Amino acid sequence: MTPALELIGISKSFGGVRAVDGVSFDVRPGEVHALLGENGAGKSTLIKIMSGVQHADSGELRVDGRARRFASPREARAAGIATVYQELLLFPELTVAENIFLGNAPRQRLRAIDWDATRRRARELLDSLECVELDVDAKVGTLSVANRQRVEIARALSQSPRVLIMDEPTAALAEADVQRLLDVVRALRSRGVAIVYVSHRMQEIFALADRVTVLRDGRHVATHPIAEVDHERLVSLMVGRPVGQMYPKSPAEIGVPMLEVSGLSYRTRVQDVSFTLHAGEILGIAGLVGSGRTELAHTIFGITPATAGRMRLGGKPVTITGPAMARDLGIAYIPEDRGQQGLIRAQTIRENVSLAMLQRLSRGAFIRRAAETLLARTAIDDFGIRTRGPEQPVRQLSGGNQQKVVLAKWLATKPRVLIMDEPTRGIDVGAKAEIHALMSRLAQQGQAILMISSELPEVLGMSDRVLVMNGGRLVASFGRGEASADQIGAAMTRAAAQAGAQAA
Amino acid sequence: MHAATAPRPPRLGSGARFDLRHRLRTLAGHWSQELVVLGAILVLFVVVGAINPMFLSAANIGNLFAGNAYIAVAAIGMSMVIICGHIDVSVGSLIGVLAMVSGSIAVAGYPVWLAWLAPVVIGALVNAGMGALVAYGRIPSIVVTLGMYSILKGGLISVTGGVWISSLPPGFMIAQFRWFGIASTVWFMVVLTILAALWMRYSVQGRSIYALGSNAEAARASGIRTGPTVVMVFAIHGLFAGIASVLFATQLQVIQSTVPANLELTIITAAVVGGVSILGGRGLVVGATLAAILFATINSSLIFLNVSAYWLRAVQGLLILGTVLADIARRRASL
Repeated sequence: MTPALELIGISKSFGGVRAVDGVSFDVRPGEVHALLGENGAGKSTLIKIMSGVQHADSGELRVDGRARRFASPREARAAGIATVYQELLLFPELTVAENIFLGNAPRQRLRAIDWDATRRRARELLDSLECVELDVDAKVGTLSVANRQRVEIARALSQSPRVLIMDEPTAALAEADVQRLLDVVRALRSRGVAIVYVSHRMQEIFALADRVTVLRDGRHVATHPIAEVDHERLVSLMVGRPVGQMYPKSPAEIGVPMLEVSGLSYRTRVQDVSFTLHAGEILGIAGLVGSGRTELAHTIFGITPATAGRMRLGGKPVTITGPAMARDLGIAYIPEDRGQQGLIRAQTIRENVSLAMLQRLSRGAFIRRAAETLLARTAIDDFGIRTRGPEQPVRQLSGGNQQKVVLAKWLATKPRVLIMDEPTRGIDVGAKAEIHALMSRLAQQGQAILMISSELPEVLGMSDRVLVMNGGRLVASFGRGEASADQIGAAMTRAAAQAGAQAA
Repeated sequence: MHAATAPRPPRLGSGARFDLRHRLRTLAGHWSQELVVLGAILVLFVVVGAINPMFLSAANIGNLFAGNAYIAVAAIGMSMVIICGHIDVSVGSLIGVLAMVSGSIAVAGYPVWLAWLAPVVIGALVNAGMGALVAYGRIPSIVVTLGMYSILKGGLISVTGGVWISSLPPGFMIAQFRWFGIASTVWFMVVLTILAALWMRYSVQGRSIYALGSNAEAARASGIRTGPTVVMVFAIHGLFAGIASVLFATQLQVIQSTVPANLELTIITAAVVGGVSILGGRGLVVGATLAAILFATINSSLIFLNVSAYWLRAVQGLLILGTVLADIARRRASL
């Protein structure tokens, strides 16, 4: 069968760095072809070349067997190649129907937009994605992340593409929404759409893909039918070496209470939350997106100071009014959104690592540069940050290495309580295993860790206890070994049914 | 393009064009804006001096630096505000008001130190107030400072009735003093630039300003006290505006109730052309000082080349566009 889209010997460099080097890849009609690789392996660049955002320096791109060259993403779309990007590119102030047909709306006479046809066809598209409950007149800004993604997919499908590229479509989704998305992808495949599927989540790849291609350091490593490989094989192809156990949480001695929270609330987002976190304990918090997990972390850390409730830190009552105060009291927060809250991307590793402890690194009003550089070098060594040196801007690092910089920054403050919000989101397997090992080591040294995660295997593998949040409240609590993925999933979604009813 | 049978994959696109663009970007990425501005000043001196040797006379160069130093001093504070992620469009009016305050105190017979100190203190206080509105009132700085611009401009003309202040006491004319044979204004410009540059680079507060301008949310989440930092930056900017106003008030024998047209834009342009990113988080105060000197040099060059001085505005406009384009190219090159 002629591939719907074929790349032959594609190379692309940025400022002397080869992002993609002689990669060949193809996807056939009615096939899901997974693209795997660590961050920085070249997946994103390859996608941009396929979707016409960037040009290859050399190599050939064929659509239905004919060589093509796209001058713009618009030309690629016209040739039948649609892309759903990781970061959703929607307009929050426009309605669902307007977003789906933006730049491509059905026209009446005089080229005026035919609103009836626009709304009707949007409805049809959403129905075909089994999103019957989604209102085509709702503003996109009011929708949940999962629904926005459905809009994005509907938009990609609005031009009846023959090739659909999906770049980590499940990165921001909770478990239940992931299952629905997988169903949608399967339905598209059965309609004969050729699908390029990028994800870090192995379960999805095995549930969905027909073939899988692994990239490493910009090069093509292997392409296999999915039935011929297993999890370990894929991981070792990606990292180029065998990886140890994924969730190496070793038993740690649970010590004295470090953080006691009772009746904590922030407006209606966090309601009446009570728990105790002990030294040496990893307390996992599971919940769907929007269940109040991140809001809870923000309230404890003072980004949105509590509107009610009490906190005790190391036995002493505290009232936290801002992040600076939380930090000075010994709380560290590794945010969910690295680029937005975790890092100053334009600045160097040195400047980022020292940011939370400038006062401690200074003499009088001035920063001791030698001490600061030493701190950065130590961080690079201790955390295995792959970099040219302390003066490299962090935006040039891969996701995993950026996360290590955030961790280094906060662990340097020697916190009493460490809050980690999605500690391994969007980072590759190798770095993920390193971060899990680090968490385990910290717990053994007596660090109290509050871990928020959307990934059930991570929650189950790393936590000593698991709390489940829903609609801003704690709805369930499980000890280590007590909980199964099904039980936690049920507690999360039971909550979501109520919350969803309110939102709709 | 159909070269699929060729042993090697065909090159897509014209290689030459890509290389040239790439090379230009690398150039823009490696040459700091400060060096470009410094180079432009030197080139102007050499070229204009070759055409008209009078340009290089000690008197002209002295005037060129001394007469514009107050703009450089104000541009230092402006750079800090822009690096912090804000802007101040009221500074020209503020300098005008503070100059009148200073002159009024001097002619009323109060000691000269009071006439020098009062504008600096008032400038810092007024701007600290604006900073508080920005930081705690959550009003965008462009709105706050536009409001202040109108208040100061309208207030100044209403209160003074457009009257100039003259018969200033000689001991007050600090801008006309010379120390070690060099005009005092140049001393102010050089010493303040060095102090500000060191402070921005090595102090905790300076680092906080850069962090805040780059990513306010991450800065706050890292425990930087954003409110006090913004108020402080505005207050320091007001302090520099106060010093600039005294230098401006004392350079001529009279103080006019108006400042040069679009003074605030000249000051903002100096900061931007000097390499301070208008998006915040990047740039050096040294660049702003150099750009202020560049404008003075261009202005003087136009006179010596017998070109209408009105071209200065056009040239500044071209420079600001060119600089912003270079800034964008730099950001792309460093991705």
